[in-house]
Amino acid sequence: MAFRKTVAAIVVALGAAAPAFAAEPLKIGMVLPMSGPFAAYGKQIENGARLYLKQNGDTFAGRKVELIIKDDTGIAPEISKRAAQELVVKDKVDILAGFGLTPSAFAAAPVSKEAKKPMIVMNAAASAVTTKSDYILRVSHTLPQITAPVADWAAKNKIRKVYTLVADFGPGHDAEAQFKKTFTAAGGEIVGEVRTPVKNPDFAPFLQKIKDVKPDAVFLFVPPGEQTVAFMKGFAERDLAKAGIRVIATGDLTEEDILDAVGDNALGIINSLQYSEVHDSPENKAYVQAYYKAYPKDRPNYMSVSGYDGMQLIAKTLEKTGGDATGDKFVAAAKGMSWVSPRGKIAIDPATRDIVQTIYIRKVEKVAGKLQNVEFDKVADLRDPGKQ
Amino acid sequence: MTVIFDGIASGMLLFLISVGLSVTLGLMNFVNLAHGAFAMLGGYVCVTLLNRAGVPFLATLPIAALATALVGVVLERTLYRRLYAASHLDQVLFSIGLVFMSIAGAHYFFGAQQQPMVLPEFLQGQINLPGLDIGVYRLFLIVLSLAIAYGLNRLVRGTRFGAQLRASVDNPRAARGVGINVERIFTLTFALGTALAGLGGALGVEMLGLDPSFPVKYIVYFLIVVAVGGSGNIMGSLVASLILGVVDVAGKYYVPQIGAFVIYAVMVVMLIFRPQGLFGRRAAR
Amino acid sequence: MQAALTLDLAPIARADRWRPAELAFWLIPVAAYFIFPDNLVLLTQIAITALFCLSLDLILGYAGIVSLGHAAFFGLGAYAAGLLAAHGYGDPLFGLVAAAIVTAVLGYVTSFLVLRGADLTRLMVTLGVAMMLYEVANKLTSITGGVDGLQGMEVLPVLGQFEFDLYGKTAYWYAIAVLFVLFCVARKLVHSPFGLSLKGIRLNVGRMPAIGAPVNARLSAVYTIGAAYAGIAGALLAQTTQFVALDVLSFNRSAELLLILVLGGSGSLYGALLGTIVFMSAHHLLSDLNPQYWQFWLGALLVVIVLFARDGVMGGLRRLGAALGRNK
Repeated sequence: MAFRKTVAAIVVALGAAAPAFAAEPLKIGMVLPMSGPFAAYGKQIENGARLYLKQNGDTFAGRKVELIIKDDTGIAPEISKRAAQELVVKDKVDILAGFGLTPSAFAAAPVSKEAKKPMIVMNAAASAVTTKSDYILRVSHTLPQITAPVADWAAKNKIRKVYTLVADFGPGHDAEAQFKKTFTAAGGEIVGEVRTPVKNPDFAPFLQKIKDVKPDAVFLFVPPGEQTVAFMKGFAERDLAKAGIRVIATGDLTEEDILDAVGDNALGIINSLQYSEVHDSPENKAYVQAYYKAYPKDRPNYMSVSGYDGMQLIAKTLEKTGGDATGDKFVAAAKGMSWVSPRGKIAIDPATRDIVQTIYIRKVEKVAGKLQNVEFDKVADLRDPGKQ
Repeated sequence: MTVIFDGIASGMLLFLISVGLSVTLGLMNFVNLAHGAFAMLGGYVCVTLLNRAGVPFLATLPIAALATALVGVVLERTLYRRLYAASHLDQVLFSIGLVFMSIAGAHYFFGAQQQPMVLPEFLQGQINLPGLDIGVYRLFLIVLSLAIAYGLNRLVRGTRFGAQLRASVDNPRAARGVGINVERIFTLTFALGTALAGLGGALGVEMLGLDPSFPVKYIVYFLIVVAVGGSGNIMGSLVASLILGVVDVAGKYYVPQIGAFVIYAVMVVMLIFRPQGLFGRRAAR
Repeated sequence: MQAALTLDLAPIARADRWRPAELAFWLIPVAAYFIFPDNLVLLTQIAITALFCLSLDLILGYAGIVSLGHAAFFGLGAYAAGLLAAHGYGDPLFGLVAAAIVTAVLGYVTSFLVLRGADLTRLMVTLGVAMMLYEVANKLTSITGGVDGLQGMEVLPVLGQFEFDLYGKTAYWYAIAVLFVLFCVARKLVHSPFGLSLKGIRLNVGRMPAIGAPVNARLSAVYTIGAAYAGIAGALLAQTTQFVALDVLSFNRSAELLLILVLGGSGSLYGALLGTIVFMSAHHLLSDLNPQYWQFWLGALLVVIVLFARDGVMGGLRRLGAALGRNK
């Protein structure tokens, strides 16, 4: 038996299997940071994925879904790759999913490529991720995609001079480059830029410098978490807002999980992202309600929606292929797929396998006593600007 | 001017969160890498009381210190005590084991996200003088750390307890021989070290944030301060923190390109010229 | 008089001989290949970490230099091999040699910093060097890829014959072979007069110059060798994962390594290997059982081991062996 299964798996891996799997369970292997500094990512994505199964039943196109979750502890590419490889070789999963951080996705991409397994990226945001294997589909966002809209908005709304403050690491450099590109193309001026150390317990010196320069706004990109909190605290302490300086940022810095920790200091931050808890649509109302019912201690955020939409993509694609999850057929069917997510209408770009979605411009406000990102403008159906 | 002030404040924060380690590592000669775990505990006690029970911030500080000390004493009585005679490496293994457990425990009870923290009105904002902006909370930290440094130094150098402690560490057998209750002294000192850790953790939440990875995230900073200051030397830790804080902040302000290197470079250079630390005693053993 | 001066060197000579238990030990990787054919990537990474741990054991266990920055060499080696592979020089063995040379140079240069001061100072100097290297690699994102990782590594087949496959068979035998060869070299080394002089230095620094052993030169030599070993381990990881990111230089890696070595028992080559096997298997099993809170159980395991088995797994085994011997 075991021998025959192995043979079958190898045949599937070679992409030449016969479609006799309608009754077989569908195994989805998720590689996620479940412990360590990024544990919140893993939890949100898992919450979203499980919520979809709970709401819509755990049978996709006649195949019972089985989720296998592996912890890759955060930024540890060799563990991510090991997890992906074991999921494919040992657990014989049909689909790989998850990937909280860019290095995890990069490290696991060759596994998906060699085994010809669909790989659904649910958070890793570097633009190049989808180019690393022809079987990668992304349902979250790319960093340029959530950076460009806020730059564009700023330039069109009387923000002329911007000081950029980004953390000194790859994603920070990418965000800085994209912001500059879009902002200066729209007629804005960068009056100063600084890259702060990634491990940085104190923003005081940088804030002081910004206060001295007096720009119209600061563009902020730091690893979401305590750095956002620390920056906004320092910003408030030094009364930079009173000096007429605004904060604009990518929306992952003010996502629902972090917002409460930032506290009232976050009020007024303008940012851009694909999902907000208070997005006004019937789909989202239902989603938020179901989320709070299932996880009363957590708040739904964009990562949970990525987990949810990842499952939705798999379900819809399998309906189209009649339960066939082999790499080539699955990806061919998923290309161009579009559906209505809690965040609005989204689609998979047939050319790049990356996501096409509306990015909203939001402002942090208090809604019914809770800090929320209130959407007031948008860029509809945006493709990843990083691939142009 | 403001840069120097911020540097001093940042140094004082370093001092506050690492002075407890200076006590356990330096005075008791125990490599307690779980120091950060105790600091984290203090932080969570403070945040929980503040947000859930509405206890005023200033009142949460002593409670955080006491609660941490209590846990410290229990652990000392049950576990740490058995390892005083063990090699440093075994102590490392043991205390890292505790760190792992504390991380998972914090994750389980409080979740992986950052904890919110709002200071009372009177500690927020800045006092603006011509040419100098003083953050109120930073000023509060400076005053508090100076008081703690002074108090500790008095305690160790100038009291009977301090003399007993130094005797117990340097030569436990002889100390026992002259009638000192060495076990008691050690328990008390350990309680002191963990109380300071808890206090530092509670005070640090505002500027460092608080999540389950706290004990690992800042371990490097604790060690730097203790190593540069010379272990077991309160004044050494204070001066080292000051130097590191000022140089770090000034470095980031004037040459942000190399901002991240400054603190390590300063440490290595200082250690090369003063391998025993700024005020270090010759190697104790 | 004459008779009193002739020493019986037989025990030292005998220590160099291979014992049956050791031969049995090296059958484990062969057996593991057949017992866990689905876990080869894990086994490969255990072998690589074991080599890395061996390198720390050489400098800590034998020469007594504590280091909290050994990942500096591991990471440098990984980047050396990774960059070579990304720029068209993808031969694995060539990569290993290049990594060894580069890291040996860094090891030699930094050994002079490390020789100064006592334990805590050494700990912090090595840590400082590693952290600075980390920042350099982060700064040079255009070359190293920074936290997102180095792109475009193309690793050629081993010896031009064996391609790295999805199941990790090539990678496994490749890593085991390198580990075995380097282990034998290390074994020879620690039983040589050089190795014995290191032991002497660790046990009594003051007396060694008196018998004519140049302490600093010896320490700096072993530090260089340890660095080269770590570099090779890093290169192996880069080649078998076909990816390098900034985390190879991280503080956590150095700290975890020290942990593994102490867990296994420093000062014994097999301690390094056993520690790695125990630690990584425990990590893997626990995180599979409980992806979110496995750290708690791992921590508990460490605490229990310290309380009941001083000097790590090796110490425990030795005492067990002694107890059994007495019963006979």
